[in-house]
Amino acid sequence: MTDTPKQPETVSVVVDRRRFLTWVVASPALVVAARLGLDVPSAEAAEPIEETALNLYIAIQADGRVVTTLPRTEMGQGITTGVAMLTAEELDTRLESVDVRTADADPRWVIQLTGASSTMRYLAGPIRAAAATARARLVTAAANRWRVPAHTLTTVRGEVIAPDGRRAGYGELAGDAARVLLLLVPATPKPTSEYTVVGQPTGRIDARDIVTGAAKYTLDLDIPDAVPLVVARPPTIRGSVRDFDASTALSMPGVLGVARLPTGVAVAARTYAQAFAARDALRISWAPGPASQLSDTHIRSRLRDAIGARPLPPLFTARTLEGRFDFPYLAHAPMETQGCVARVTGDRAEIWMGAQDPKFVQREVAEALGWVLAPQRVTVHASRAGGGFGRRFFAEAAVEAALAARALGRPVKLMWTRNDDMRHGRYRPASHHRILAYVGANGSILGWNHQAAIPTVELPHGFGDLLTALVGQALPEVTSALFFTLSQHVPYHFGLVSQELREVSIPIPTASFRSVFTSQVGVANEVFIDQLARGLGRDPVELRRSQLKSARLKAVLDKVAQEGQWGRALPPGVAQGVAVLEEWDSAVAHLVEVDVTGEAPRVLRVVIAADVGLPINPKSIEAQLQGAAIDAFSTTLSAGIHIDAGAVREGSFADYRWFRMKHAPAEISVHLVRSDDRVGGVGELGYPSAAAALTNAIARATGTMPTRFPLLDSGA
Amino acid sequence: MPAYQFILNGQTVSVEASADLPLLWALRDQLGVTGPKYGCGVGVCGACTSHLEGEAFRPCIQPIGGVAGTRVTTIEGLGGEGLHPVQQAWIDEDVAQCGFCQPGQIMAAVALLRKNLDPSDADIDAAMSDNVCRCGTYVRIRAAIKRAAHALREAGRAP
Ligand code: FES
Ligand code: FES
Repeated sequence: MTDTPKQPETVSVVVDRRRFLTWVVASPALVVAARLGLDVPSAEAAEPIEETALNLYIAIQADGRVVTTLPRTEMGQGITTGVAMLTAEELDTRLESVDVRTADADPRWVIQLTGASSTMRYLAGPIRAAAATARARLVTAAANRWRVPAHTLTTVRGEVIAPDGRRAGYGELAGDAARVLLLLVPATPKPTSEYTVVGQPTGRIDARDIVTGAAKYTLDLDIPDAVPLVVARPPTIRGSVRDFDASTALSMPGVLGVARLPTGVAVAARTYAQAFAARDALRISWAPGPASQLSDTHIRSRLRDAIGARPLPPLFTARTLEGRFDFPYLAHAPMETQGCVARVTGDRAEIWMGAQDPKFVQREVAEALGWVLAPQRVTVHASRAGGGFGRRFFAEAAVEAALAARALGRPVKLMWTRNDDMRHGRYRPASHHRILAYVGANGSILGWNHQAAIPTVELPHGFGDLLTALVGQALPEVTSALFFTLSQHVPYHFGLVSQELREVSIPIPTASFRSVFTSQVGVANEVFIDQLARGLGRDPVELRRSQLKSARLKAVLDKVAQEGQWGRALPPGVAQGVAVLEEWDSAVAHLVEVDVTGEAPRVLRVVIAADVGLPINPKSIEAQLQGAAIDAFSTTLSAGIHIDAGAVREGSFADYRWFRMKHAPAEISVHLVRSDDRVGGVGELGYPSAAAALTNAIARATGTMPTRFPLLDSGA
Repeated sequence: MPAYQFILNGQTVSVEASADLPLLWALRDQLGVTGPKYGCGVGVCGACTSHLEGEAFRPCIQPIGGVAGTRVTTIEGLGGEGLHPVQQAWIDEDVAQCGFCQPGQIMAAVALLRKNLDPSDADIDAAMSDNVCRCGTYVRIRAAIKRAAHALREAGRAP
């Protein structure tokens, strides 16, 4: 970028009652940056622009194409399409003219983390602000050029148009627009009522690349001289190498080198097949990992033991109902296993990886290479990722690849095998829950006490909002508890409500999973409410409706009850279940119909109602909710991780029984309810109440009270 | 090392490899054809699904020795210049999320439609259940297969 002005000309733009600061960062092309105005220094603060914190920037190029660069990674959530839609809408340009790029790791990004369903919630405002500023500059530039009043000009499909019919494309105005000193029209985002792009069901902008095989994931990139690399790993989680003999491996065809890593022994070869063969020929003596004395039964009893004695019930309690729930460890098992391309030369490293948190990767790699104080020596390019679900917050593959690249003196492309990914990854922790519901003599609910024993969830990256991001770096050990407190709520009038996290230290690596604690705490609550309804002889929908605090939740519950025909006559062995959730500024309800007459429960029909505020792309919202439902059904019914003496039993999709086509319902219908224009999160929203609604449907069909997940698990 | 010749996406190619090299690695590492993905390497996920003489197969467990002299088609060779009707249906139904499984899903769907231009839900279950989609796009995959089947029947052509 050239001609960077020393002093940014800032324009303050208000979106949804929040103030954003926007400024031009470069000419001759027009590049506008934006960030939330909370901590905005005054325009006089002489902060060099290269170091100014920002949320994103939008560039208008001389050819008229618009490039929005943002610190987020596309992992299948459709964010690039949503961001392109917002940009096109606010700028009045064609969707096809907008490209969306993922930024490299850079300290300027206020938050460079893709998670907590935060992308649209946090970036919709800055995008609208930056685009509105760019549009105002373009209009001003045209007004100056034509010497006409700016307010008479309109913008349509990438052009500024004068009343007399003169028109100029954004590309040809971009240079002048970057040099505008005084805006002649206000930089005001459109009212949402005027939207013509946002809110329309829109297909993914990268769909063609995906269906033709042109989309490039990390290991599809053509990085010159990068050679295949695989790692021999210990039999137990976090075991380590005592010593090893590579003489046979090194003499095998295609083998280029062997390197000892903290996590195993790396082998580079001309092809992955040769690397696998050489890996299998290594003779390694392993030291057992820290969990080698632990199996599922021990873990479960340690979690149970962490639950405290029953507290005293509230006054006037006539009876106390107790629910107990066990959740398993879960592997994220993204379709693309962990992988990383790394090049290390002298005092520079370059990393290509589908990272959910590139800045974290940058820090971790710098630390591993001994450059703690100089993370800027590490460049991290965030590539398209084949699914994340929480797993790609971490940097293990990048650290391994960087160390191996340095040891072997050549660029490497490290691939984790599916086995590596299942057995040496990080896991949504197991948990045990005790919920007590206190009921008065008249059947009223006087209190709700939920104790959740959960192995500490590692969240060193924080959680996408500033508060936990800062805490994550400063005080990693409190993040998990803090996040629990911030995120876990009971949306019902249940009298005296208390929810408590009992953290248990178990040496099995963890990571957050879609919906984090709610995937356990929220699911257990919604399942126990059904048990409570049964205990009180009440209808599950009616009980929820009578106690829900939020109008949004009542509206989505009513919607699924109506669309799903709650209570309709069904054959024996077929039943419905419902559940609700409000989180990430959104509300959702699920109704699931299940048939338990076959060998395994079969999901027949799913009806979802969601209030996500302003629906940016209804198609993408529907896709996220459908996918999260499959995620929830898989892990509720059949997929769970077992720990046998410190090792993970499951090794692939053969035994980690994820839903397949034959298990999936033929239809998952999604209904959007819109209460206001705030942008709510979607990515994680659809998991918890889908899991609970399925469980509740099975409970009602079988007359049992499920307590242990996955429900089909017959193992130890 | 022996060289194996076969026709890949309409072009004759030759790869030097040992006979037991799984074709996936010849495609990805030696020929730079990256549409077929690695998802498991043991034939249980379907991410690498491609066509051998028009039938769906798994390059991750197919030794290269067995494909000498045959026609292999990967996702890159499916549509020729334009899009195959199944690819178009995938776009129209907005199937993909992360997209990683989709080349394999599409190749499996094309193989199904070559045998059966009017598949029932049960036929789709049977033909498509060896392909995992971790993002859970099954509902839309099913819709896209039906849409493509309909389009092909209307056009009176085989996939
Ligand atoms: S990679 Fe071939 S079936 Fe999984
Ligand atoms: S679209 Fe992500 S695995 Fe299928």
